[in-house]
Amino acid sequence: MKKIIALIIAIVTVFALAACTTTDKKDVTMDNVKIGVICLHDENSTYDANFINAVKAVQAKLGLKDEQVVIRTGVDESDACYKAAADMADSGCDIVFADSFGHESYMVQAAKEFPNVEFCHATGVSAKVQNIKNFHNAFASIYEGRFLAGIAAGMKLNEMISSGKITAEQAKIGYVGAHPYAEVISGYTSFFLGARYICPSATMKVVYTNSWFDIAKEKESAESLIKDGCVLISQHADSEGAPKACQAAGVPNIAYNVDTTHLGPDTAIISSKINWEPYFELIINAVVKGEAIPTDYCGDFSTGSVALTKLNDKAAAPGTAEKIAEIEGKLKSGEIKVFATDSFKVKGETLSEYKADVDGDYKGETNVIHDGFFDESNAKDFRSAPYFDIIIDGITVPES
Amino acid sequence: MKKERKTREPLVHITKRATIPLWKAILVRVVAILIALVISAVVVVVFTHKNPVEVLRAMFNGNFGSARKVLFLLQRTAMLLCISLAVTPAFRMKFWNIGAEGQVLMGALAAAACMFYFGKTKMPNWLLLILMFAASLIFGMLWAIIPAIFKAAWNTNETLFTLMMNYVAMQIIQICVSIWAPNGSGVMGHINPTTYKGWLPDVFGQKYLINIIFVTILTGILFVYLTFSKHGYEISVVGESENTARYIGINVKKVILRTMAVSGLICGFAGFLLVAGENHTITKDLAGGMGFTAIMVSWLAKFNPLIMMGVSFLLSFLHLGGVQVAQDCRLNESIPEIITGIILFFIIGCEFFTRYKLNFRSAGKEEAK
Repeated sequence: MKKIIALIIAIVTVFALAACTTTDKKDVTMDNVKIGVICLHDENSTYDANFINAVKAVQAKLGLKDEQVVIRTGVDESDACYKAAADMADSGCDIVFADSFGHESYMVQAAKEFPNVEFCHATGVSAKVQNIKNFHNAFASIYEGRFLAGIAAGMKLNEMISSGKITAEQAKIGYVGAHPYAEVISGYTSFFLGARYICPSATMKVVYTNSWFDIAKEKESAESLIKDGCVLISQHADSEGAPKACQAAGVPNIAYNVDTTHLGPDTAIISSKINWEPYFELIINAVVKGEAIPTDYCGDFSTGSVALTKLNDKAAAPGTAEKIAEIEGKLKSGEIKVFATDSFKVKGETLSEYKADVDGDYKGETNVIHDGFFDESNAKDFRSAPYFDIIIDGITVPES
Repeated sequence: MKKERKTREPLVHITKRATIPLWKAILVRVVAILIALVISAVVVVVFTHKNPVEVLRAMFNGNFGSARKVLFLLQRTAMLLCISLAVTPAFRMKFWNIGAEGQVLMGALAAAACMFYFGKTKMPNWLLLILMFAASLIFGMLWAIIPAIFKAAWNTNETLFTLMMNYVAMQIIQICVSIWAPNGSGVMGHINPTTYKGWLPDVFGQKYLINIIFVTILTGILFVYLTFSKHGYEISVVGESENTARYIGINVKKVILRTMAVSGLICGFAGFLLVAGENHTITKDLAGGMGFTAIMVSWLAKFNPLIMMGVSFLLSFLHLGGVQVAQDCRLNESIPEIITGIILFFIIGCEFFTRYKLNFRSAGKEEAK
């Protein structure tokens, strides 16, 4: 009985306290600006580690105190995200940032409830459609970074072919993907196109783990691909599973988001990554200066958002660094388009039109092919999050 | 020659206590929790080099730092309590149902399916909510009653059976999500985010409050059902001895099936609350392991629904406090689990001292005289 009374008292307290909440807007300066970062997993996931490291680096750069940068890890893609966001808004955060695709609708919910707080969501798709002033999406043209990582893969394949280790036909890449989702498909396709740009006989086999973070499954997937004759492995899944399996089997590996040289000192070649520092800096500065945050932001080479980790000379083929620099220059100048329609075929056909699902309703409605290329991550006309979800010839995926 | 026979008496020997006064029983537990809190603080301090007082303050702030946090605490307590209530009737019967997670998920899935398919129609919201409610209860019950039928008919091992059913439920959810959200991302996000169809309404302007109220009422009902009803008595007898139950004319199979149906119904109800009153989506992680934590809650409370309120409150307090500690001290999500683990270890450990007595050597001699 006492506990029931205690419960009732607690509920009454909730109302009493709720009545006192005020929504005064403070004068935001660099000394009191506060940002909350919501992460799906913790730093053991390479994906989340990439965000955590970036926000910490920006904190150091801007001279913010620990209290001004609140990081919460392990926030599920459920009401837990709304709770974390609302709690951060309550505790005085001027910006709340969430890092996983599934956080989106919960961030939108919080954005509607707290109009004075800016809500920024990475990899999301709906900011342009939602039309909520304080809700923003962000991504980067990481397909260009993936293409460069693919160049390193192609160089390695060519080295294996010329040394007689494999024949040209055996240049098969294995890819451990998380979900059969546009972000993953766009990632491996651009990677594959990069590899094939250098090594024309390259093919690729993809397997999905159906999870963003599953150490055992990622390890097993990499092992099964290696057994299946794949001579180089890459992955878009967030654990150490695949890089470690590659090191154990002595198979070269190309990673995503963080430097994995410590996991595969002899096999990790390079990683492409989205550098989130420019975006964190941008949103913090915008709030301090009272400027608007872009509704949909797509970082690229020019903003420093698309980056490569340090090349591991022990694993990479000779001349890789020079080749990457050369291609990077051509991407920047527009001489090479990653998704040029003459560089890939779908069921034997060259695409001249493709209706992609840009507004996130699961139905393709917008043609994104023009001037001879698939216009990926165009935040101005379409959106920043990838929408390339086509399986091209040369890549085999599991039957669905 | 005189033979001196002397038995070597150990320093400590253990005897079973017949009874323990209530104040002592409470004292033992309070001391255990305090020691556990101190050790948790030490662990955090070792990792962070922060002041232990600060750590404990973060623990407290995480639960009572704001009105909203109190609400989160009560909401979490309510959900954990609801699932703990669900497993209790079966446990009283010594039917080891560890399939609560799956039963809750199936209830949640049924509610989500109704939201997804009928949310687009012109069905009024009250009717949709009733439909979701009914569907959740039925699915939760079905998921519980399948292992019960096998147990009653062929005496299969219910522990393994219910455990496996959890994973089956998770896979079914994965399949449904991949059909309902065909972009391959494996997540749905809010269902009906603009129409709010199938969302339980806010009560007094507060989210989650309706869940808290429902579970409070349910606790009362279940307490009465287990303690004062004929069904409750039958459950206890079957739990004590099936042969006795048979001897006094209780239909054991019927009681097993009926009790598991009750367990499943309440699990389904918890699933309904998780979807309609909290998350408004479906994922395989929606129950978040609470189906397993609930087993511990039920046991620690000795299957008493009123004590379960306190235990769920304590575990929720520890979890949310741990989350705050992790955030304030920049530790990761493992910290809440470590703290909960330490405290549970001590609570379960202290049960030993409530059941047994340590007799030291001198005390033993006195007794001998």
